[in-house]
Amino acid sequence: MHVDPFDSYRAGNSLIHELDPRPKLLFTLAFIISTTLLPDGAWLSLALAFMTVLGISLIARLPLGYAIKRSLLALPFTLAALTVIFVVPGQPLLTMSIGPWTLRPTDAGLIRFASIVSRSLISVQMAILLTATTPFPDLLHAMRHIHVPRSLVAIISFMLRYLFVLVDEALRLLRARSARSAGERPTRGILWQAQIAGHMAGQLFVRSFERSDRIYDAMLARGYTGYLYTLHTHIIQRRDWLAAAGAVIILSVIQLAAHLP
Amino acid sequence: MFASPRSPLMLAMHIPDGFLSLGVALVFWALAMVIVSIATRRTQQDLADRQIPLMGVMAAFIFAAQMLNFPVAGGTSGHLLGGALAAMVLGPWGGILVMTAVIAVQALLFQDGGLLAMGANIINMGVVPALIGYGLYRSVAAAPPKLRAVGIGAAAWLSVEAAALLASLQLWLSGTVALAVVLPAMLGVHALIGVGEALITVAALAAIARIRPDLSGVAAVRGRGSRAWVWGGMLMSLGVVLLSPWASSHPDGLERVAADLGFLGNEQDAALHGLSGYTLPYFSNSGVATIGAGIIGIVVVAAVVSAFVFVLRRRYRTA
Repeated sequence: MHVDPFDSYRAGNSLIHELDPRPKLLFTLAFIISTTLLPDGAWLSLALAFMTVLGISLIARLPLGYAIKRSLLALPFTLAALTVIFVVPGQPLLTMSIGPWTLRPTDAGLIRFASIVSRSLISVQMAILLTATTPFPDLLHAMRHIHVPRSLVAIISFMLRYLFVLVDEALRLLRARSARSAGERPTRGILWQAQIAGHMAGQLFVRSFERSDRIYDAMLARGYTGYLYTLHTHIIQRRDWLAAAGAVIILSVIQLAAHLP
Repeated sequence: MFASPRSPLMLAMHIPDGFLSLGVALVFWALAMVIVSIATRRTQQDLADRQIPLMGVMAAFIFAAQMLNFPVAGGTSGHLLGGALAAMVLGPWGGILVMTAVIAVQALLFQDGGLLAMGANIINMGVVPALIGYGLYRSVAAAPPKLRAVGIGAAAWLSVEAAALLASLQLWLSGTVALAVVLPAMLGVHALIGVGEALITVAALAAIARIRPDLSGVAAVRGRGSRAWVWGGMLMSLGVVLLSPWASSHPDGLERVAADLGFLGNEQDAALHGLSGYTLPYFSNSGVATIGAGIIGIVVVAAVVSAFVFVLRRRYRTA
């Protein structure tokens, strides 16, 4: 069984897909920083940032709702931010009494809340576009170029290679447990079930550890000396510079719109 | 049969982008970068050319192990975050490195946790659990089995609680939450999640000791500097145990400390300025109100999460 929900890359041959991964990664980081820096209530800038997301989706020939739908994953977190509505000092909008408590949402609090949620959703959407248009190995390659430690990148690429194998292993363990009827309908207490889950984790650890031993032996047999070599296929081209220049202009406009009176 | 890579309950811990102010995010990024680069170097020294295959496969293991769950009431399930377990079986530096890889893949591939917020997430879910998990684990290593199991369970539970505490504080310093409500709610919810973490961690270590007794802690960074980890872990745990109830019942006190240290009341920092000196219009400062807030928080979060799980389940069942 291959695990499909894991593959967030959407193959395509648009301009966005073909750009070098380095400027794409840097732009995404810059965009998220720029969005984070937007002050509360900078609606024009937030709208421009959101239009950037939509524009890139269009150029990448992704469905317009693609990034929006996936970004809703971040929504449960807004629950915590809900509290700012009541504590930011400002004009009280109305007074609600619930039991012993009186809730007074303020206008400033509401603006802060809406700004936090929009900033977060737009940032998440841009990150989604990055992974949807860039194969993960290319992203790793870009990480090496922005000086993420070489061995950390190698570890992540190894993790990705064996992720599917081990997830399949975990799913097999879960299926075996269901087959033995401990999973779906608990017949015994939570303690016992937690113990079963723990034993499965222990079993999975031992299997993973032994697998890593075999992988290491196989690597040694093929002449591994501690370095992983990659073929550098990515060369910055003219269109990458053009795209980078466009990105700088977009980010400047967004920031100017927020900070000019 | 296969739902999302991780259960929605765990989302409560991965801070997405947009919730941390740039200042807070960058401070924790800097801290994470220093610690992770030390971890990279230490494991390189200890494991030499085995480092990459072992750490890579172990990171995949933690990711897969997070899917092993057991049903708890209300459609939610108990499962592993894995930070403490990773540090116990791989040593503190190995644990930190493995969790960093897991958090990076979750953020980059699944947008589970932000890119700018990744530094904070690495500290919360990788470094702090390693410190508490490994520190307490080492300090009970020679104890009789029953006591050892209790110590390991306590370490796993505390590591989750500490991560929740830190995440709440980071959000509060960013001006995105009201601490008086969010802290008791976060600590309350994660006190429950932590129980699952503790039970699984204890059982997993027991299983490893039975299947491959030679493996318990075999890959751990041997001996060197372990006393520092024990003390660090103990201090950190003590800090969490003392700080959590106090901060939950006296958020104003915490605010005063922050103001005295110069975190709050800095007029230039717009994000903080808005929250400095706020008053809570609906909660008095008494312990009863705090407990009430905690309970309400837990109920609301549980209801939302249950609804979320319900919707997700139906979607994946029909898909």
